[in-house]
Amino acid sequence: MNVIVCLKQVPGTTNVKIDPQTNTLIRQGIETIINPFDTYALEEGVRLKERFGGKVTALSMGPPQAEAALREAVSLGADEAVLLSDKAFAGADTWATAYTLAGAINKLEQYDIIICGRQTLDGDTGQVGPELSEMLEVPFVAYVSQIEEIADGQMRVQRMVEEGHELIETPLPAVITVVKEINVPRLPSLRGIMKSKSAVIPVWGVQELGIDQGRVGLSGSFTKVIKVFFPQRVCQSEIFQGELETQVECLFSRLKDAGLV
Amino acid sequence: MEYFLSEEQKTIKGLARRVAEERILPVRAELDESEEFPWAIMKDLADADMFRVFVPEEYEGLGGGCLELCLVVEELARVCSAVAASYAVNALGCFTLMEYGTEEQKRKYLPDIAAGKRLAAFAITEPTAGSDASNIKTTAEKVEGGYVLNGTKQFITNGGEAEIYTVMALTDKTRGARGASAILVEKDTPGFTFGKKEKKMGIRASATRELIFRNCFVPEENLIGKPGLGFIQAMRLFDKSRPGIGAQALGVAQGALEAAVDYAQQRIQFGQPIISLPVVQDILAEMAIQVEAARALVYAAARMVDSGAKKITEGSAMSKVFASDVAMKVTTDAVQICGGTGYMRDFPVEKMMRDAKITQIYEGTNQILRNAIAIELRKRKARTE
Repeated sequence: MNVIVCLKQVPGTTNVKIDPQTNTLIRQGIETIINPFDTYALEEGVRLKERFGGKVTALSMGPPQAEAALREAVSLGADEAVLLSDKAFAGADTWATAYTLAGAINKLEQYDIIICGRQTLDGDTGQVGPELSEMLEVPFVAYVSQIEEIADGQMRVQRMVEEGHELIETPLPAVITVVKEINVPRLPSLRGIMKSKSAVIPVWGVQELGIDQGRVGLSGSFTKVIKVFFPQRVCQSEIFQGELETQVECLFSRLKDAGLV
Repeated sequence: MEYFLSEEQKTIKGLARRVAEERILPVRAELDESEEFPWAIMKDLADADMFRVFVPEEYEGLGGGCLELCLVVEELARVCSAVAASYAVNALGCFTLMEYGTEEQKRKYLPDIAAGKRLAAFAITEPTAGSDASNIKTTAEKVEGGYVLNGTKQFITNGGEAEIYTVMALTDKTRGARGASAILVEKDTPGFTFGKKEKKMGIRASATRELIFRNCFVPEENLIGKPGLGFIQAMRLFDKSRPGIGAQALGVAQGALEAAVDYAQQRIQFGQPIISLPVVQDILAEMAIQVEAARALVYAAARMVDSGAKKITEGSAMSKVFASDVAMKVTTDAVQICGGTGYMRDFPVEKMMRDAKITQIYEGTNQILRNAIAIELRKRKARTE
C-alpha cells in the first residue's frame, strides 16, 4: 500500500497580513503549522501503512521553509517527504497547485491512494483534492470519514454528507479528502523526531518535475484574487435595559415603529 | 534559568510537555475523581516513546539516564502527578533488572517495557517494613528448579496493573536483610494475587495495591543478580531513583506556581488584579525562588547519578527532600493565593496540594533521608579526625 499525503504549511494564527501587490498571504516571519485537516490525512495514511504495509510519502508545495512541515510529517510517521519549491510556483491558485502536485505524483509513479485534507485553513477552497484527481484521471471521493475496507484493488469508504453518510466503493488508485471525524492524529514519537531531524528531503522545481513552466504559479493560475476586504457591518444592535417587562415593551414599540407588527 | 540541556534532552522535555498538555490535562480532574488507572495515557506515553527514555539502546530504548527520566517526570507531574508516578515507577521496576540482570533476562523483559507493552513495578514495602525496609518478612524458599514465595507486599504502585514485578524476598531468612534477594514475578503466576486497591489522599489515578504471595512458584531464572544481595541492590536503586521523586515534586510545584500566577493575574479585588498587591507578590516570588532552587538541585543530583559517581546517597537524598518540601509548601501557598476558588475541587490546585504530600513520604520519608544525610556528615567528620 503506497500512500501519498498532500499537505500544506499554513499560518498558525489568524493574525495574517495580505500582500497589497498580489493580494496573497505574506507567509514570511509568522508561526506556521501543518494545515489541521492535513494532519488527519497524514494519520490515515500512516494507519493504512501500519495495516497493509508499504510506505507513506508526504508531499508539499511551498516556500523553502515548508520543509519544516515535511520534517514534522516524518516525525509523525511519513517514510519519505518531497518538497515542491521553485520561485516559479509562487502565487499559484488551486488549479496551478494541483497541476504541480500532479507532476510530482506522476514522477513518484507508484501509488495506491492519495489523501488530502478536506480544505486548508488559509485558502479554504477545498478544490485541490478534486482537481488533482481530474488531472491524474483517477476516481475521487470527498469528505471521507472512514475507510472501511481495502481489498482486491477496491476500497470502500464512508463519506460524510449533510444528513448522514454515503457508502462508496471505488477502484484504486484514487484520491480522497478526509474530514476530522476520520481519526485522532497521534503525537510525534521521540524516535520519529530524531529520524525527522536527519531525514533527507529532496526539493523538486519545474526542472526536476519536467512540467510546463507556463502552467505553474501565478502565470498558470486561472483565478486571481483582485481584492481582499472585510464586509461592511450593516446591522445595528441595541441592548434593552431594565426589568423584563420594560424590555418587552421597548422591543414591542420598536417593532411597531418599524411597521413589523 | 539556563540548565544547558542537550538538543535531545530539550526534545524529550518538549514532547513530554506536549503529551501532558494535549492528552493528560483534559482528563486529569476526571481521573482524580474516578481513581481510574490512566491506561489511555499510558498508551499515549508509549506511542510517544516515553518508556524508551530510560531503557538502554540495546534493548530498544533510547539510552537516557536519570536526567532524561527526570525531565519527563517533571513535565508529566506539572500537569498530573498521578500519571507521573504511574510512569516513573516503571523505571524503578526494571532498574534492578537493567543493573544486575543477565543478558537473557534483559532481552526477555526490557524491549516490552521500552515499547510500553507491559508495565513494571517494584515491591519492597511490607506491613512491618516501611522506613525499616530491612525488616521484610516475605520469603522465597529455594526448591527444586526455583523459589516458592510467601508473604504480602504493601502499598505497591502500579500493583495489579503492571505485569512485571521486582519483588524483594528473603531467600535465607536466618540472615535477615543479608538474606534478601530480588526476584522477578510476572502477573498471572499461580499463587500471586492482589489485595484491594487503596483509596488515597492524592495521586488517586495511580494504582496502589497489596501483592499477595501464597506458595507462588517462580523458576530459578527469575532471580536477579546474586542471592543475598537484594537489600544492597535496593538501596543502590533508591540512591539513583530519588532524583526522580524530586522531579515529580518539582513538576507539581511548577504546575501550582503557574496556576497561582494565572489566578492572581485574573482575579480582581479592590478594583485591581490581586497580583498587584505586594502581599501576594511576596508569596509568588518566594514560590518561584523555591521552585527554581528545587529544579537546580534535582537536575544537579540527576547529573551526578548519570556521571557514574560512587557516593551519591547524600546528594540524591537532598534533591528528594528539598524538592518534596518545596512541593508541599508551594502547592499550599497556591491554594492560599487562589482562596476559596483554590479550595474547590473544580480548580486544579487543591489536587496538586493533595498530590504533593506523598513525595515527602515515599521512597524514603524525608525524616529517614535527613537521617541518612546526617550519617554521611558524621562519617565524613570521623574520617577527618
